[in-house]
Amino acid sequence: MASDSIDIRYVARLAQLALRDDEIEVFEQQLGDLLGHVKRLSELDTASVPATAQVVESRNVLRDDVRRPCLDRERVLSEAPQRQGAFFRVPRIIAE
Amino acid sequence: MSVAYEAVIGIECHVELKTQTKMFCGCANEFGGEPNTKICPVCLGMPGALPVPNAKAIEQIVTAGLAFGAEIPSFSKFDRKNYFYPDMPKDYQISQYDMPLSVGGMVTYWLEDGTVKHCRLTRIHLEEDTGKSTHAGSGDGRIAGSSYSLVDFNRAGVPLMECVSEPELRSAAEAVGYLESLRRTFLTLGVSDVKMEEGSLRCDANVSIRPAGSTELGTKTEIKNMNSFRSVERAIESEIARQREIVASGGRIVQETRGWDEVNGITHSMRSKEEAHDYRYFPDPDLVPLEMSRDDVARLRDALPALPWQRFERYTREYGIAPKQATQLVDNVALAEYFDRVVACCGNAHQSSNFVLGDLSRLANETGVAIAESKVLPEHLGELVGLVESKRINSKIAKELLGRMWAGAGSPRALVEQEGLAQTSDPATIERFVDDVIAAHAAVVAEYRAGKTNVLGFLVGQVMKTSRGKADPALVNELVRKKLC
Amino acid sequence: MSDSIARSAAEIAAIVQSRQMSAAEVVDATLSHVGAVDGSIGAYLAVTADLARAQAARVDDRLRNGERLPLAGVPIAVKDNMCLDGTVTSCGSKILKSWVAPYTATAVERMLQAGAVAIGKANCDEFAMGSSCENSALGVTRNPYDLTRVPGGSSGGSAAAVAAYEAAIGLGSDTGGSIREPGAFCNLVAFKPTYGRVSRYGLIAFASSLDQIGPLARTVEDAALAYDAMAGYDPMDATSIDRPVDATAGELRTDLRGLRVGIVREFDTKALGDGLDAVYQRAYRDLEALGAQLVEVALPTADYGVATYYLIAPAECSSNLARFDGVRYGLRVEGGDVRAMYDRTRAAGFGPEVKRRILIGTHALSSGYYDAYYVRAQKARTLIARDFERAFADCDLIACPAASCPAFVFGAKSDPYSMYLMDYYTIPMSLAGLPALSVPCGWITPQDGSVPMPIGLQLSAPLFGERLLLGAAHAYEGATRHAAVRRPALDGVHT
Repeated sequence: MASDSIDIRYVARLAQLALRDDEIEVFEQQLGDLLGHVKRLSELDTASVPATAQVVESRNVLRDDVRRPCLDRERVLSEAPQRQGAFFRVPRIIAE
Repeated sequence: MSVAYEAVIGIECHVELKTQTKMFCGCANEFGGEPNTKICPVCLGMPGALPVPNAKAIEQIVTAGLAFGAEIPSFSKFDRKNYFYPDMPKDYQISQYDMPLSVGGMVTYWLEDGTVKHCRLTRIHLEEDTGKSTHAGSGDGRIAGSSYSLVDFNRAGVPLMECVSEPELRSAAEAVGYLESLRRTFLTLGVSDVKMEEGSLRCDANVSIRPAGSTELGTKTEIKNMNSFRSVERAIESEIARQREIVASGGRIVQETRGWDEVNGITHSMRSKEEAHDYRYFPDPDLVPLEMSRDDVARLRDALPALPWQRFERYTREYGIAPKQATQLVDNVALAEYFDRVVACCGNAHQSSNFVLGDLSRLANETGVAIAESKVLPEHLGELVGLVESKRINSKIAKELLGRMWAGAGSPRALVEQEGLAQTSDPATIERFVDDVIAAHAAVVAEYRAGKTNVLGFLVGQVMKTSRGKADPALVNELVRKKLC
Repeated sequence: MSDSIARSAAEIAAIVQSRQMSAAEVVDATLSHVGAVDGSIGAYLAVTADLARAQAARVDDRLRNGERLPLAGVPIAVKDNMCLDGTVTSCGSKILKSWVAPYTATAVERMLQAGAVAIGKANCDEFAMGSSCENSALGVTRNPYDLTRVPGGSSGGSAAAVAAYEAAIGLGSDTGGSIREPGAFCNLVAFKPTYGRVSRYGLIAFASSLDQIGPLARTVEDAALAYDAMAGYDPMDATSIDRPVDATAGELRTDLRGLRVGIVREFDTKALGDGLDAVYQRAYRDLEALGAQLVEVALPTADYGVATYYLIAPAECSSNLARFDGVRYGLRVEGGDVRAMYDRTRAAGFGPEVKRRILIGTHALSSGYYDAYYVRAQKARTLIARDFERAFADCDLIACPAASCPAFVFGAKSDPYSMYLMDYYTIPMSLAGLPALSVPCGWITPQDGSVPMPIGLQLSAPLFGERLLLGAAHAYEGATRHAAVRRPALDGVHT
């Protein structure tokens, strides 16, 4: 089983969460603690056990290719944090 | 001493499926329209919204896979691909990771000279498209140097097929051939409009080089931002040349993504970081797995229409039609079907293709009416072919008849009988016409005998005129020559 | 306080259906009571008075037209993680504190269709993450039985609203116990149906494979009425089950004859202390007295439930909450570029518990850890589900505690893991997707308090065993009537 430590900075970056240094310290301890408890799962014999993907046993739940009404644009854009005309506006995307 | 290097190319395509609605919601799937009008809680990624898969999209991708002889596994599922980007409504994309709907398969394509080639597919999977962002402030619409971006979610959620080829292509021309074949197939199946200019077909190329004969793969670069097949060709050629140069001068290829610059004709590096995204794929808990029954698969396989390369091979190999003409036919499904029906009637593929691609196409262009929608029934064209083949009428009459059939005159056989248009092939009759003409144009005859041989055409023409066009031109030519000597 | 306020939903529906009172009158009385008491209870983040009155008017119209509405005029509290068109739906979070939902959750819509009237949006732990309602960033909810104590969570607001007569039925959501535990803390019947029985469309997702909407009520019959109204297949939710719903409200039994009730060997109530042990042992004997045969069953993997849950639920939530990015709705904190905006928006918008779960969830899914954490947890989940299957071969229902203690005082469980343990008994049923409920089974005065606090007995059944489950709870409720022993001490309210 993996170690009890978690690279909070890396994970926060993946999750797009800005954390202060003091937060990182606290979370490191709290989540390390949780991982310590979670470690117990390695006691279970799961070698030949399938992972539960879903509790329900359904298959092929699909819908017909039929149109349904859309949302009113004005209503949607009026909730937008920033709009420009008919668009959602976001700060510049830095090419990576 | 330089080593010969060969190029190794793989193509990854994203193809928008031609369904009425988006992949996971009932918003319209159509190109164009006012921004942010085809949106709902689901495709906008609103809190509480849930995806429900479009049955038609699944049918279309399975059909596409079957067309390439792919395996359709019994069990398939959707996975979440997690990453943040402003045109991603949920900041994860519903895609397929390890259990795609279509596995393997092979694309048959052909080069301009008619050589038929093959390229295997790795897989085809189903996913949802993102919204579209436009970048403002940089002056050229590019991200670099922009100060903000505007996002339109009309396209978010449109069903996409991602087709991944094995790296079996060896040149830019092969890559384009491969793409053409994909495009033709998807058009034939009716699963996509495959228009690069509308974004319903997008592709990236993975390019590497290696010493000829080697089986190991070299470091590859990913080429993006190619907007047409021509771009793809130029970009791949440019990249191959760039890599060859680097290797020849002792350098190393850097694995990176490079964007094609259409204006300057070069690729430039797009990513400075080599850190791969950690997409944290996991099965989407909002969706249940897909089970493709063997019966369903068989039904879809049986419903496959004639596929482009099947047509191409039949036209070139069986009918002996030239690759260029064969390609023309293949590229127009309605026309190919029309052509097939003509051939079924008369059995002469060569003559049929001459008419279809020659006079009929000209008439179609002139009048703006498609051949398959014209008044010329395939059965009647078949009759015309038969009449010419049996020499019952000559080519001039045939052409005239064709014009009249285009205008709605109907069965050529009927017209020939009613109007006595049958070709005169009786040598005695023609000889009389020839004699008449020679008698009437003594001066010209004298010119011919004096050495001006090109007036033969005029005399032949006069005989044709006398026969009201019905004389067998070859025979006329022969007889005139004989008589003049 | 008006008479109608303390009535059950069944009684209100009957009165309004027969036109003895109008829906409008019931709503007015409820709103007036809310005005009087919610200042100290804090059940509602928003009281939707205008909407409620409009809904009531429509109900009265429909009744005039001769319609039969099973929940005619019944005032309900809607947990604020469920979309209700035109209302702020905040999930108790700063990141959505002003977001107005443009559509209504299917389950809520069905309740309204049945004649219910939404009084307001109830407070909850932020994004349903918590067991006390203390994680709400937008308000404090207090336990109506002792204002120094928590109402439980995450559906604390809905529980408090119903307990304080600010609604007859509360809609809650349960992922690891978030309906059952606050129900137990507030002297209510609190029911989580089989996973997939109630549509999740419009329920703001926390953990997709675990979330379920369910009712909190003062009687089993009320919970049954609510379930009957909202259960059933929804084409907008691919995980909702397409299977006919066995109506429960008219089928509530009054004894347990012929039933075997499983007592879980691993859930030794002696570990909960003398007071609670006595309450539960008595509850089990009461089940026996109703005709049930008690059988010992084993759930050996249940002890791993918390560990399993706290990998699966955060993993799913880390993905579900990615959409809160300041682009299309909700809070935005500006940044020089879009990624800075994401970082700052989410840092400012999410509280610490949400951040913890996003972090641990992201970690559990990340490259190199996915198999060891997420996949392994999903396998453990299979083992737990199999345990239940085996147990249900020997019994028809399982009885156990709903929580390890009664409602605690604010701040008592500041260590995250100690809070996670509040879900100890409820998590295993959630992981297996089983229907489960909490029904009042006694009172205990906590050591650090002087007011007797309610205790909940948890009953669970096999998949789709809602009818059996609610029936058994009804029989137990009828014979023991623990809930009626005390009323909350609300100012000006007769107890």
